[in-house]
Amino acid sequence: MTAINPQNVPDAAIAAEAETAPDLTAAAVDVIPPEIVAQSLGEYLRAWLARVRGGDAGLLPVLVALVAVTIVFTAVSPRHVFLSAGNLVNLFDQSAVFIVLAMGEGFVLLLGEIDLSIGYVAAIGGIVTAQLVQPNFNWPWPAAMAAGLLACAGIGFIQGTIITRLGIPAFVVTLAGYLFWFGVMIIILGPAGQVGITSALVPGQVALYGIVYAYIAPTIAWLGLAVILLTLANILWRRDSGRRRSGLVAPPVGLTIAKIVLAAIAGIAVVFICNLNRGVILPVVGVPWVVPLLLITLVLWTVLLERTQFGRHMYAVGGNPEASRRAGINVSRVRTMAFVLCSMTAGLAGIIYTSQLGGVTTNIAGGSLVLYAVAAAVIGGTSLFGGRGRVIHGLLGGLVIGAIYNGLYLLGLPIQYQLIVTGLVLLAAVSVDSLSRRNRGGALVKG
Amino acid sequence: MEAHAQPNSPSANTANATESTAAPAGPEPLLRLRGISKHFGAVQALYGVDLDLPAGHVTALCGDNGAGKSVLTKCIAGINQPDEGQMFWDGRPVTIRTPNDAAALGIETVYQDLALADNLDIVQNMFLGRERLQHGLLNEDSMERAAGETLAGLHVTTVRSIRQPVATLSGGQRQAVAVAKAVMWNSKLVMLDEPTAALGVAQTRMVLDLILRLKDHGLAVMVISHNLNDVFEVADRVAVLRLGRMVAQDALSAFDRQSVVDYMTTGTSSRDVDSEPVN
Repeated sequence: MTAINPQNVPDAAIAAEAETAPDLTAAAVDVIPPEIVAQSLGEYLRAWLARVRGGDAGLLPVLVALVAVTIVFTAVSPRHVFLSAGNLVNLFDQSAVFIVLAMGEGFVLLLGEIDLSIGYVAAIGGIVTAQLVQPNFNWPWPAAMAAGLLACAGIGFIQGTIITRLGIPAFVVTLAGYLFWFGVMIIILGPAGQVGITSALVPGQVALYGIVYAYIAPTIAWLGLAVILLTLANILWRRDSGRRRSGLVAPPVGLTIAKIVLAAIAGIAVVFICNLNRGVILPVVGVPWVVPLLLITLVLWTVLLERTQFGRHMYAVGGNPEASRRAGINVSRVRTMAFVLCSMTAGLAGIIYTSQLGGVTTNIAGGSLVLYAVAAAVIGGTSLFGGRGRVIHGLLGGLVIGAIYNGLYLLGLPIQYQLIVTGLVLLAAVSVDSLSRRNRGGALVKG
Repeated sequence: MEAHAQPNSPSANTANATESTAAPAGPEPLLRLRGISKHFGAVQALYGVDLDLPAGHVTALCGDNGAGKSVLTKCIAGINQPDEGQMFWDGRPVTIRTPNDAAALGIETVYQDLALADNLDIVQNMFLGRERLQHGLLNEDSMERAAGETLAGLHVTTVRSIRQPVATLSGGQRQAVAVAKAVMWNSKLVMLDEPTAALGVAQTRMVLDLILRLKDHGLAVMVISHNLNDVFEVADRVAVLRLGRMVAQDALSAFDRQSVVDYMTTGTSSRDVDSEPVN
């Protein structure tokens, strides 16, 4: 055993060391994540400003975009209806599809790949689930949803395997998939060209429709929020203070508190808005079930990406496939799995979309859904070039896209202007991504 | 620390079919190559190469472009398989078919491109592919501590935080992280491919110190280098390849700069510097 064991280094050897001059060459100090060097909140803010100037703004652009979009649409929407409780809940529902699609697309963007097929793959997930809760099958809703998700995972596995084993660019394979699954979708929708889930007599349909249109009782929502926030605060606080105590790299106390407070504000705002009466004739209150569903997806995928070995390997493959291969990581498996996760998550988006529309028809716009998903992920801060991206980016970017979509609809602008605006937003987001990459200096541009 | 450096009884009969050009290194070297040949299609890259890599010594592998340095390194690292020849690890005959075989023996290679993921931080890079887990999740605390100890043991103290992404490091720091990553795994033999190419003066100094520290820890080190200044600074032994043949292999004191250049370019040297001290 010849492990380097610092305790056993003879002192003489240390004394003999020439003092190594700190090398200041080429180290781009201003892009070091501030939370790992800052000792206090003030120091953190200064380091963070330096990093923003250095081109890596983190969540800043998407939060600014969200605030800007909100202000603009509140100002220009008729009777400032944009900020009304009814519209905001509507916005959460509409955004949910973009959010989940963006989370799925995030998995492949993280590897520097792209999946253009997820619009119609999502549709297939929705259709499979919806078909299984028709009276002739009458599956319970969890089984139907699982089948929809599994079907999509299978599609992702086929596409991912073709991409990794045959070495065909993802762009081409998933473009082919876009057409192929569009065709398959029309076939399984059958001559009727649609499948509905609005029957109040079939329990599975009631449950699926209820994802978007059933509401959690206000008291339950508050209780649930309290439990979630306490759990989050407990985990964050114990992790950060534990690391601070044992001298590991940890964010300053102020930042830990700020994170908890921000999460509390966001959670309270959502529950409060949803618990306002938004009914026109009869009172309508409550958090739609889709909100906790989003939260579960967010937590699950965040843990997978940031706390598991598999997630670590995804980041590694996205950052440097060759280094990953030499480190013994099965790069093909990781890439295939990224497509599986992407398609499966898209399937969930399809199920939410089906719930929102009350069914699926052949008119579903799978093409623009994909672009909205890519736009949402990139606006949220995921890099198109691989190696950088988090699940929360999909959430925030999806909210921005949802807000734009919703706001333009409120203005009564026809679809053509929605397309133009969304195109411009996507272009702006990708430009920010490319420019920030350039600002970050040699190391990243090369890789 | 030096468990493997003890003199093994010159383990029988082995390998001496090929007459060694190496100076008798006393104790059994950690890794002994005998008669390694390798061809790629019609191109013969290595012709019956012998090489000894003793523990606690730095062996410099020199040679002009195309001499076969990289191929020889890849044969040891398990990336290429030699067509002929034998390898002895601590006197035992071994076959290294894959990089995993090499890693299992304790052979680590630091390639010229360093193989670091820019988007991951230092700890994440050092544990890449061998993450520590706890309840199925990454055990960040344990990995961070171990990485910090390894870096401290190597006196790599210029990084601001071991949680900063590798993209934010200077060239010398990146090299140091790559070396630290290589020695973390109970490695016994570390091979470095052109470790000081593209580094400034201060950073080169840092990396050379690092190499000497590995030697002090009792590791066998092989350094591939064009830079004779570096070679004469850190090496104990020099091996010169020319056109796929090992043309000279001896203690550093048997060479001077001119004779190494002679061996690299012509395959022979008329100079005799055996007793001349070299600084």
